Amino acid sequence: MTNIGKLIKLMGPYKKDLVIACLLVAIETGFELIIPTMMADLIDNGIANADTAYMLGKGMQMAICALLALATGLTYARFAARAAYGWGAAIREKEYENLQAFAFSNIDKYETSSLITRLTSDITVMQNTINNGLRPLVRAPVMLVLGLLFSFSMNGELAITFIILTPILGIVLFTIVRRVAPMYSIMQKTVDDLNSVVEENLRAIRTVKAFVRGEYEEEKFGKVNEKLCQTASRTNSMAVLNMPLFQAVMYTCVLSLMFFGGLMILNAKLQVGELTGFLSYVMQVLNSMMMLSNVFLLLSRSLASAARISSVLDEVPDMKETEAPITKMKSWDIEFRNASFRYSSDASVDTLSHINIKIPQGHTIGILGGTGSGKSSLVQLIDRLYDAEEGEVLIGGINVKDYSLYTLRENVAMVLQKNLLFSGTIRDNLKWGNKDASDEELWEAVDKAGAGEFLRHFPLGLDTDLGQGGVNVSGGQKQRLCIARALLKNPKIIIFDDSTSAVDSATETLIRNNLHKLKGITKIFIAQRISSVIDADTIIVLHDGKVAETGTHSSLMAENGIYKEIYESQMKGGVL
Amino acid sequence: MPRIVSAKKPKNLSYTVKRLLSYMGRHSISLLLVALLVIMSVLCNLLGTYMISPVIDGLVSGGGKASLYKGVAITAVIYIIGVLAAFGYSQIMARASQKIVFDIRKDLFTHMQTLPLKFFDTHQHGFIMSYYTNDTDTVSDALSNSFSAVIKNGFQILGTMTMLIILNWRLSLIVTISYFCMFLYVRFSAKKSKGYYSKQQKSLGALDGYMQEMVAGQKVIKVFNHEKENLEGFREKNKELQAMGTAAQTYASTMIPAVVSISFLTYMIVSLFGGFMVLNGITTLGALASYLVFVRQAAAPINQFTQQSNFLLSSLAGAERIFELIDTEPEEDEGNVTLTRMDDSWAWNDGDREIPLRGDVRFFNVDFSYDKNHQILHDISLYAKPGQKIAFVGSTGAGKTTITNLINRFYDIEKGEIIFDGIDIRRIRKKDLREALGMVLQDTHLFTGTIRDNIRYGRLEATDAEVEEAAAIANADSFIRRLPKGYDTMIIDDGANLSAGQRQLLAIARAAVANPPVLILDEATSNIDTRTEDLIEKGMDRLMEGRTVFVIAHRLSTVRNADAIMVLENGRIIERGNHNELIALHGRYYDLYTGMFELS
Repeated sequence: MTNIGKLIKLMGPYKKDLVIACLLVAIETGFELIIPTMMADLIDNGIANADTAYMLGKGMQMAICALLALATGLTYARFAARAAYGWGAAIREKEYENLQAFAFSNIDKYETSSLITRLTSDITVMQNTINNGLRPLVRAPVMLVLGLLFSFSMNGELAITFIILTPILGIVLFTIVRRVAPMYSIMQKTVDDLNSVVEENLRAIRTVKAFVRGEYEEEKFGKVNEKLCQTASRTNSMAVLNMPLFQAVMYTCVLSLMFFGGLMILNAKLQVGELTGFLSYVMQVLNSMMMLSNVFLLLSRSLASAARISSVLDEVPDMKETEAPITKMKSWDIEFRNASFRYSSDASVDTLSHINIKIPQGHTIGILGGTGSGKSSLVQLIDRLYDAEEGEVLIGGINVKDYSLYTLRENVAMVLQKNLLFSGTIRDNLKWGNKDASDEELWEAVDKAGAGEFLRHFPLGLDTDLGQGGVNVSGGQKQRLCIARALLKNPKIIIFDDSTSAVDSATETLIRNNLHKLKGITKIFIAQRISSVIDADTIIVLHDGKVAETGTHSSLMAENGIYKEIYESQMKGGVL
Repeated sequence: MPRIVSAKKPKNLSYTVKRLLSYMGRHSISLLLVALLVIMSVLCNLLGTYMISPVIDGLVSGGGKASLYKGVAITAVIYIIGVLAAFGYSQIMARASQKIVFDIRKDLFTHMQTLPLKFFDTHQHGFIMSYYTNDTDTVSDALSNSFSAVIKNGFQILGTMTMLIILNWRLSLIVTISYFCMFLYVRFSAKKSKGYYSKQQKSLGALDGYMQEMVAGQKVIKVFNHEKENLEGFREKNKELQAMGTAAQTYASTMIPAVVSISFLTYMIVSLFGGFMVLNGITTLGALASYLVFVRQAAAPINQFTQQSNFLLSSLAGAERIFELIDTEPEEDEGNVTLTRMDDSWAWNDGDREIPLRGDVRFFNVDFSYDKNHQILHDISLYAKPGQKIAFVGSTGAGKTTITNLINRFYDIEKGEIIFDGIDIRRIRKKDLREALGMVLQDTHLFTGTIRDNIRYGRLEATDAEVEEAAAIANADSFIRRLPKGYDTMIIDDGANLSAGQRQLLAIARAAVANPPVLILDEATSNIDTRTEDLIEKGMDRLMEGRTVFVIAHRLSTVRNADAIMVLENGRIIERGNHNELIALHGRYYDLYTGMFELS
């Protein structure tokens, strides 16, 4: 429940709509309750006394009340829908905002699909709680109180039966809901189990088919399916008990009113119209109680969604800025001071351990190393995609954690190994680097990145639509566009994480030559080929998360170590 | 309670209903009983309410206490029967509906296992999952709630109308008109909101796609400081969804108040007319009183009936999707050559011929494409003699994985032939073909269960000793034993608690326990520490011993040890030979070799 409370706080301006919607339901309920008293009057005073004028008068009153009820009901629909969907949108936005602030260590806790359901279906469940639950939730108590008041004013003695039976019904329904609610969460768990069997099967479908394990999988599915069937049967048969029990109480009520009312009529203490009016109150009040019990079932389901949403909202981003972050980067020498890093605190080995590197402003650096040697992790510490666990990373003598994230990332451009373009045109994508860039600037960057040639062949040029995930360009084209996008940022430090792997070697040389002309910018190249880093001011060789060798090409060649070994394996045959 | 009326509508209603009925038919006795009990409960409810009239009339006409007692007692009996009937049908339905859904789910999964790989490659997992979640859910909800509700409300409307006409046919004309108005309004607003609902579903889809892309692109977003712009983009789509949802729900929510108000107006008109009739002696006061209760009672079932039948209709759309999947053509399997396995030797059974399995695989001029416009493989011919190792190298997208997918018939070739021990693989029963081919895929997928279970996945009847032996061959034994629970360690969440290297060792062990004569290996390129890398290499080497092997190679040692290397580019074999021959050629292989390998 606290989760729902927290979510309701997010409603903001829509809280007003919710309050108005509640009020309107209350008013509408009031009208509905007044109408039967008028009816009783009409029958008892009008028809019984053959007073036609009175009858018509009462009829008019009833009609007005019905129309007013209609007006309030229609207005309610508007406000309630606005509240429900406004609320949903507000929660969704808050969730998304929070999600964007997540560090990768936060994101890694969820699967992408689960994050997305938390922003879609879980919110739909919450919205439906308002759509379907608000009306009965307000009506029931209003009905109950007003109904009791009216019935007392009509006939105190008859009302006593009512007073005795209402709490009995309440207790019965409450007991059922209390027993069913935990059963629902057990059922939900079984549903999750079933889904995870299906998910596992889908994910591993190649393995399943390669090992011809279809029947085995069916057996596995059969077991969870069986279990779900049983759990759901048990839960539902408990939940549907509320219907006959409710009927029993309602019928008892009708019967006792018939009996006692009948006796009173015999003793001339009650009129026929009164009894009829009374009966219709009873039905209305009891009906609203029934609705209420349905709402509780609905609520117990939405609690699970509220919890899932709250866990996203409550997740504290692991990466924070300091209280007064530095917003200006004055110089950009990079230094790793005894920096260590691991992806998760329970990993058994460090991905990077005790790294000490100094990269002077404006230098070109090459980084080599085998898969898993920590190259990508190393550069991701520079612009704080991840934070060093121990030691520090400094730019211009200042710990990267002391810069504002915006300043840091504004000055460091990075072409990621696993790079992405987004749906939209090429222009849209390039403008990620600089949203105010003119066409000339765009083309300049495109040319530097070696993308000009193919892009000029596209009939729509910069306006070519990329489709989701940039599917309309080849791997090498995509890499070049990503380089252009990074160049547009006009960064102080630019990092290329193996970002020309799908580009042919002639184009690669062209790009490298263009990049060399960028003066004053620190350039870091992660590469697999020696030829990509051979003219770097410093080459760093990583091995098992440690710096194995550093130096220039010639000094490393003299060292007779790993670098030389790679060189020889790659350059054998005397061809460069 | 109003239900979300989905924008989906079944396309082929009668077919879907027929299919659904066939599932329901397996529980026809239960369902028949449900229908009977529903009707009984409705009848009791109606009769009970009807009793108010004779009882009150009896009092007014001076029947005294005795007639009151009698009237109340009869009503009580009627009501008790009604409650029992309600109890009965709700309990039977709760169970029967779950059994029906159980059957549907079972057929769905069983059929899914027979679908070709193409289906899984061309549909997103989220999309397939929604058969099990959204679609089955709506069908289940519809069966457990709407089925009995529609019968009940439909019968209630009929019954109430009949009673109304019996009690007073003149007044019933007014009531009929009013019901018709209600019906018209409900239809109007349902139609209105349905239009907005489909727009809402569309904007939901757009938002969903946007988020998918953005969650996947988190790193790029951070690197480019693009959070603010993305939030804007998100807001825009979120606003759109909000607007559509509000409009749809507004129309849907007006239904109840409208129906209620119309019923009050009717109530008023009926009581006025009824009053005049009483004054003119056409009817009695008691009859009018009981008539009015019926009028009040009638509004609820009309409301319910419309909503439930709308809901039933939208759940039929879910059912239709499910049946569409069940009707999807299964993987073709026209093969009749089978495989027998005796301890260590295998043999093909082709009619009455028995051919020993040797592991000789040949490709003759094979062409292949995933879709007609984009040919992937061109004229591939190659052979692997028993015990030979064939390595495929080439850049991403050159067609390496595709070739391996053809040998085990994950996909079927378009032109040419693939011959296994002299038999066209299309003549071999798929199950047996795949039994004969072991596979170690690049990504290792593990199942929830113990490590032992996961290795045994390779051969279900393997003993514990055989499982451990296979783990030893794969070099996995030592790390498994170091785990706190050893072979009984639980794997959760696709092996999230194991490193990439360890998962690969398990995949090798899995293939080792299956002990197939031919192996297809896709070497992993993922980040693995050098020590584990070394273990994997040795494990792989041991696994390959004495088998025909096709390997998509990323490791230097693998290529060097291969009997033949096929260099692929754009779906063609451009160079072939062993390592030394290809190096001497100074061609594409030479380039790849000097460029692709990293330190090891």
